Amino acid sequence: MAATKNGEARNRVDGYQKVTGQAKYAGEWQPPGLLHGVVLNSTIAKGKILHIETEKALQLDGVLQVFTHENRPPLAHYDKSYQDLDAPPGTPFRPLFDNKILFNMQPIALVVAESLELARYAASLVTVNYEKKQHEVDFEKQLQHAFIPKDYKAVAPPEPWGSPAEAYHDAKHRLSATYTHPSQHHHPMEPHASTVLWEENGRITVYDKIQGALNSQKYLMGVFGLAQEDVRVLSPFVGGAFGSGLRPQYQLFLATMAALELRCSVRVVLSRPQMFSFGHRPKTHQRFSLAASEDGQLQAMIQEVYGETSRFEDYSENVISWPLVLYNCANASLSYKLVGLDVYTPLDMRAPGGASGIFALECAMDELAYQVGMNPLDFRLKNYAEKDQFEDKPFSSKELRECFRQGAEKFGWKNRPNQPRTMQEGHELIGWGLANGAWEANQKPAHAKAVLAVDGKLTVSSATADIGTGTYTIMSQVAAETMGLELEQVTFKLGDSSLPKAPLEGGSATASSVGSAVREACRQLGKKLLELAQEVDGSPLKDIPFWEVEMEAGQLRLKKDPTKAMALTDILHQNQKDSLAATIDSQPSEEQDNYAIYSHSAVFVEVRVDEALGTVRVSRMVNAIAGGRILNPKTAKSQILGGMVWGVGMALEEESVMDTHYGRFINHDLAGYHIPVNADLQELDVIFVEEEDDIVNPIGAKGLGEVGNVAVAPAIVNAIFHATGKRFRDLPVTVDKILENDEV
Amino acid sequence: MKPFSYQKVMGITEAVSDLKEKNQSYIIAGGTNLLDLMKVHVMQPQHLIDINGLKLHDISERDGGGLHLGALASNAQTAYHPLVEGRYPLLSQAILAGASAQLRNKATNGGNLLQRTRCSYFYDNSTSCNKREPESGCAALHGYNRDHAILGHSEHCIATHPSDMAVALAALEARVVATGPDGARSIPMADFHRLPSNNPQVDSNLEAEELITGIQLPPEGFAEHYAYLKVRDRASYSFALVSVAVGLRMEGNTILKARVALGGVAHKPWRVPGAEELLEGKEADRENFKVLSEAYLTGSEAFKHNKFKIKLAKQTLVRALMQASNLKL
Ligand SMILES: Cc1cc2nc3c(=O)[nH]c(=O)nc-3n(C[C@H](O)[C@H](O)[C@H](O)COP(=O)(O)OP(=O)(O)OC[C@H]3O[C@@H](n4cnc5c(N)ncnc54)[C@H](O)[C@@H]3O)c2cc1C
Ligand code: SF4
Repeated sequence: MAATKNGEARNRVDGYQKVTGQAKYAGEWQPPGLLHGVVLNSTIAKGKILHIETEKALQLDGVLQVFTHENRPPLAHYDKSYQDLDAPPGTPFRPLFDNKILFNMQPIALVVAESLELARYAASLVTVNYEKKQHEVDFEKQLQHAFIPKDYKAVAPPEPWGSPAEAYHDAKHRLSATYTHPSQHHHPMEPHASTVLWEENGRITVYDKIQGALNSQKYLMGVFGLAQEDVRVLSPFVGGAFGSGLRPQYQLFLATMAALELRCSVRVVLSRPQMFSFGHRPKTHQRFSLAASEDGQLQAMIQEVYGETSRFEDYSENVISWPLVLYNCANASLSYKLVGLDVYTPLDMRAPGGASGIFALECAMDELAYQVGMNPLDFRLKNYAEKDQFEDKPFSSKELRECFRQGAEKFGWKNRPNQPRTMQEGHELIGWGLANGAWEANQKPAHAKAVLAVDGKLTVSSATADIGTGTYTIMSQVAAETMGLELEQVTFKLGDSSLPKAPLEGGSATASSVGSAVREACRQLGKKLLELAQEVDGSPLKDIPFWEVEMEAGQLRLKKDPTKAMALTDILHQNQKDSLAATIDSQPSEEQDNYAIYSHSAVFVEVRVDEALGTVRVSRMVNAIAGGRILNPKTAKSQILGGMVWGVGMALEEESVMDTHYGRFINHDLAGYHIPVNADLQELDVIFVEEEDDIVNPIGAKGLGEVGNVAVAPAIVNAIFHATGKRFRDLPVTVDKILENDEV
Repeated sequence: MKPFSYQKVMGITEAVSDLKEKNQSYIIAGGTNLLDLMKVHVMQPQHLIDINGLKLHDISERDGGGLHLGALASNAQTAYHPLVEGRYPLLSQAILAGASAQLRNKATNGGNLLQRTRCSYFYDNSTSCNKREPESGCAALHGYNRDHAILGHSEHCIATHPSDMAVALAALEARVVATGPDGARSIPMADFHRLPSNNPQVDSNLEAEELITGIQLPPEGFAEHYAYLKVRDRASYSFALVSVAVGLRMEGNTILKARVALGGVAHKPWRVPGAEELLEGKEADRENFKVLSEAYLTGSEAFKHNKFKIKLAKQTLVRALMQASNLKL
């Protein structure tokens, strides 16, 4: 049975450490004799290095080495050794491997010196001769060469349903439109960094910015041929990642290589411009053809997706399942091709595929609603998916209808005139738009360990990560609740490759996977405690099975008769034990295979558009979420708010601009790459709709990292239509696009 | 960054003689622009002259009714000074439309005028940029030029000047006071920044050996009828796509005098004095404002990504003039 009632709203257990600067991040460790590495990046996008001149840099006092492909130590050769846990099919990039340049800003040298400033200066003295080749980075131009990959990293397009082409042709209402968005970079506040602590015995301890310490450990073992005991990776604090920390990045490779070679501790931190030199959300181009009958029943859904990838790996993501997860339609076809460019391989970014696919789908659905002449909310309800067509399974739970109802009520949707361009205040046209979204709520296998000490303190651990999401806090809460302890008695440990195995922190699966493991480990510990309790002379719990007891108020006690109880600490005492441990390998239930498991959201947005100045203001947003059981309403709300801000960025601001001549992202700092600031955000409302689900996992929680942002961008764009009567199909909707749209 | 020597100076004469004598010497004030550029090796001074010890912080009334703003008064001190807020609210508004609170606390008035362009190519040593490296070419011309100039540019450079404060100062017809080896002089704002022509590496007409000591504001501050309207990609903390500073002297609904400057469109704050005169003696109404906006954009020429700026500049001008004259829609 799943736990049902929501958890308590609690402050973050690591909040104090964070705001007082005690939480140390990967680039903040200061071992004695620390050396600093600065990365030199290529200035061409394709070709090869003829010569790197490092002499001038090496002559500077305090510069220890300049590593290049010419003097690097021997490295693993096979792709397999470089393939990390999140690698897409293909040949992973191998830093300093040879003289080939595969993308612009490719790391080509590491300058190591006694201070950061010296290393940075020395790096500026290194000169490189290239033999340039013509690069291709123009996505639109390369669309004609799009290909079907041998393997899809995420889901492969299914066979078509019914007869989409005929159904489209015969339908009363038809819409065919193309939706695009640019490449986007993650830009967590903390840039990527690794500090490698070298120990005399040749072992290393690495502080890395990563969403799973085990992934970095596996990578380093593969690339440098290290034994597991020779490398420990730690990431106790991560200053945001949004997917950018799923794969080990090149600073980890370079810092480790330098430390092993120089037999010293080394740190490498990437600069903000260098944060544009690796993975990003791939640009997509999506053609949607939707058709509906006269009364608004969907007849056909045809989605053709083109997504960016590199030349060396086939990155794909789940852009295509959403029409069939969110709507009910008898005829559908989904296709997904990749466009190879001379860029670094794209990388999962908050709701990878979902953010792209749902943006296009939800804008197209809005357009079709207007063709049919229906209110966009009624149109969605009419075509509501009662089961998941994509996998042909029932939903484990789906309170999306309730999201619509509560969201609409809070927002005041019923007062909305359906006619666009009808609301105005001063210079601003006002528009109300909506969209709905979904995100997978997977449980993955995870391990956890729970240890109760005789002083009553519980320590629970798992090698997961807290990338700002609140993992420390909710895991502590799950443990405290399961063991019947106070939150203050629990310590949760994570971000350490020596802890019990956990999956990468991604895909909104941590609460579900690690949370379940924590709960099970604590229950396992409870069982062991019961066994011990029963060994005590005169035990009040003799011959009682575990299901008849509960752990409450620091005691193990009989459910029916709480006076029959033993304090947990007493059980240890009486057995002369300092502590008791339980370890669990938690697996998703087989029953889950029979269900489609998703969280859902309905987003309502008000925008104010000043057409003369081209500006859009998001004045009000309501995001109603069905995410199963909410473990901590406070951290949960923060997740959703963050997702909403993310959506504003995607809709209105974020764009990594590719200069096609140089083959380089050119707006490469935070003055050029805009993300929302406080002044861009006004009223933000989050509603958690009650949703019980005892299939998703033992704790009933679905994970909230991504469902908060998937439907925000389309809701904003639909609101802009309602304000102006104009459709915007290319993100971000910036001043120039508002001014240049000449539709009526 | 490249190693450099550093000296804190205690007198103006010392600063000026160091500027003259020391090779590749630069003044550092708030450092909010210079240090960023040094870190990316775009500016590589050999010697830094720290002027923060000079007594150039005052904001005081001048004989004849104007105001003096010290070169080292911070942007925040200036914007919130009662004399500025009361008599030159246009200037306060413009300063507060720029950067962030933290930056404005650190940034100085002198440094603000001399901040360098935000053209992405200027910041990226791997690209061609005549402003950074004379004769290397201008990558923006056929590259990504959404933020670039539509007026007064040359084939050598199409960058804009990023300061908000300077746009208001241009409309207010302020003067920049500087001291060089030959003594002090004052330069009208209209002549302070320059157009790129064939030597875009030079941003202003200040001599390399001159130090800005202050800014003089004339008596007329247009405190009754003014507007600073900045259009940007987000609500705060970004540079202007287009900005407009307007000061009007009015009698009833009649405009007696108009001063208008455009930002984000050229290598300097853009003024067209002849066009301002078109408004004199005219009624404040949308049609007259449209006439002025057309006149201001005469000769504008856009590039691949910034065509919208011409329309935007005209519409922002009209809106700012309406705001300044308290006209509703
Ligand atoms: C993230 C960010 C956002 C920003 N946004 C905006 C914005 O929206 N609008 C805006 O207007 N500005 C903006 N700025 C720019 C900011 O206003 C300038 O950096 C600041 O005004 C520069 O002043 P400073 O005193 O720090 O100059 P410094 O960096 O010290 O110097 C700048 C230049 O001026 C020279 N200099 C300084 N003082 C003198 C003097 N007295 N005499 C001669 N030469 C001198 C220096 O040698 C140097 O070349 C932004 C800056 C940043 C970093
Ligand atoms: S516009 Fe000016 S600053 Fe920009 S690249 Fe061209 S020359 Fe350099």
